[in-house]
Amino acid sequence: MDMVLELKHALYLNLIKDARYLYILNGLKNTLVITFFAVLIGIFFGFLIALIRNFCDNTGKLKLLNRLAKFFVVIIRGTPIVVQLMILFFCVFSSRSANNILIAIIGFGINSTAYVSEIFRAGLNSVDRGQIEAGRSLGLNYFSCMRYIILPQAFKNILPALCNEFVSLLKETSVAGYVAVQDLTKAGDIIKSRTYDAWTPLILIALIYLILTYCLTCLANFLERRLKRHERK
Amino acid sequence: MRGNKNALIKINDLNKKFSNGHVVLKNICLEIFEGDVVCILGLSGSGKSTFLRCLNLLEKPSSGEIFFEGKNILSEKINIDLIRQKIGMVFQNFNLFPHLTVLENLILAPKKIYKKNNLELKKEAYELLKKIGLAKKIDSYPSVLSGGEKQRIAIVRALMMHPDILLFDEPTSALDPTMVGEVLKVMFELAKEKMPMMIVTHEIGFAKKVANRVLFLDDGNLICDESPEKFFNEQENIKIKRFLNCMTYK
Ligand SMILES: Nc1ncnc2c1ncn2[C@@H]1O[C@H](COP(=O)(O)OP(=O)(O)OP(=O)(O)O)[C@@H](O)[C@H]1O
Ligand SMILES: [Mg+2]
Repeated sequence: MDMVLELKHALYLNLIKDARYLYILNGLKNTLVITFFAVLIGIFFGFLIALIRNFCDNTGKLKLLNRLAKFFVVIIRGTPIVVQLMILFFCVFSSRSANNILIAIIGFGINSTAYVSEIFRAGLNSVDRGQIEAGRSLGLNYFSCMRYIILPQAFKNILPALCNEFVSLLKETSVAGYVAVQDLTKAGDIIKSRTYDAWTPLILIALIYLILTYCLTCLANFLERRLKRHERK
Repeated sequence: MRGNKNALIKINDLNKKFSNGHVVLKNICLEIFEGDVVCILGLSGSGKSTFLRCLNLLEKPSSGEIFFEGKNILSEKINIDLIRQKIGMVFQNFNLFPHLTVLENLILAPKKIYKKNNLELKKEAYELLKKIGLAKKIDSYPSVLSGGEKQRIAIVRALMMHPDILLFDEPTSALDPTMVGEVLKVMFELAKEKMPMMIVTHEIGFAKKVANRVLFLDDGNLICDESPEKFFNEQENIKIKRFLNCMTYK
């Protein structure tokens, strides 16, 4: 009985009193917004970079761009996301006029671009070389081959890895507090400092992260199964 | 007869050196004419595949010239896609598109490139499939076909582009022996229709029957270009003789 009462009190103190649940809602919103737009940026530019690198590997053209892309990926994957965010926040956008959340979106977007480009690249490479050779030998150009032959086959290999990447991105946004963004993690942190209760808010936000990533993983599995089903008839 | 005819393909001093320094083709000169059915023989690693792949630039030659219907395909100004539309290629591993049905495999390229309408293409595909006895497979996916069926469909896929020449790289080597005949039969029919073909093969019987020229590649050198009668019956080159002996006792 005591335990239940204690829990009730803890929840009241950490959520209801002074409308502290608003921190969590607002933090959740920020976390989702940052993740969502960073994902969009990551997919778009990651795909572009993968395409440039694949195009260069296949045709020997665009060598300079290919080298730049490689360089970018090495830098981003070789440095911590927190450092990248802080460089953006304190150096690049130090004028303060920029919106913190926007900076976080750009930072996480750039970061995920590098990882997603490698995922796409591996996916494109996973399709047997004979496929593009068959397409090209029929007279289809590189882009038609990509669109009608390679990508439809690569997508099945790409999708699971892509979903994993977004699950980790969602979790990684928890360092957004370093650049003064009140994301979900920061919300827990703020509540903790108000109530002097560490357990309740931290376990609460951990649960929220867990639910989010679990849903994403389920979605990924569902999509994967659907794609597999279309494979043969 | 050849003297006054323009070559379909003319190759001058073709060389191919891979980036690892390995020289695979050495100063190859050759002319291919309308109606030629050329079989290319040679030991494994002698450069047969590389040679064939140089002709449609799947492999980039290191030096030399290749003229296709009078156009230098190694010139910067050439659009290689336009050339490839006229040079069909059939691969050892078929390379059908597994995510597309047989019909979709056949019409993808002509639809995108020649912008023909679907109905017309479908009819053409159906007619060609009927000719090789595979009309009922038109809506199947490649994964349910046998190797022989896959290869015959790969040949039809190349034909759908109305090529002026067909290149075959060991088209029957990946097949179960029971299926080799059905593929060779299709190629035999094509030869009768005067389709120019260049065929890398180990099927000596087929070469004897169908080819009008037999080439022999030895370590990147084209050391023989003769009629099959001469090549198989009056062969004097020791290396080729030894090769032929190996083939017949295989
Ligand atoms: N991409 C490559 N890079 C380096 N060397 C290569 C490459 N492709 C082929 N080779 C080498 O070139 C030589 C000729 O290869 P090729 O495939 O043309 O021979 P082949 O006559 O077709 O042999 P097979 O009968 O086994 O198919 C071989 O020694 C091979 O190892
Ligand atoms: Mg070969």
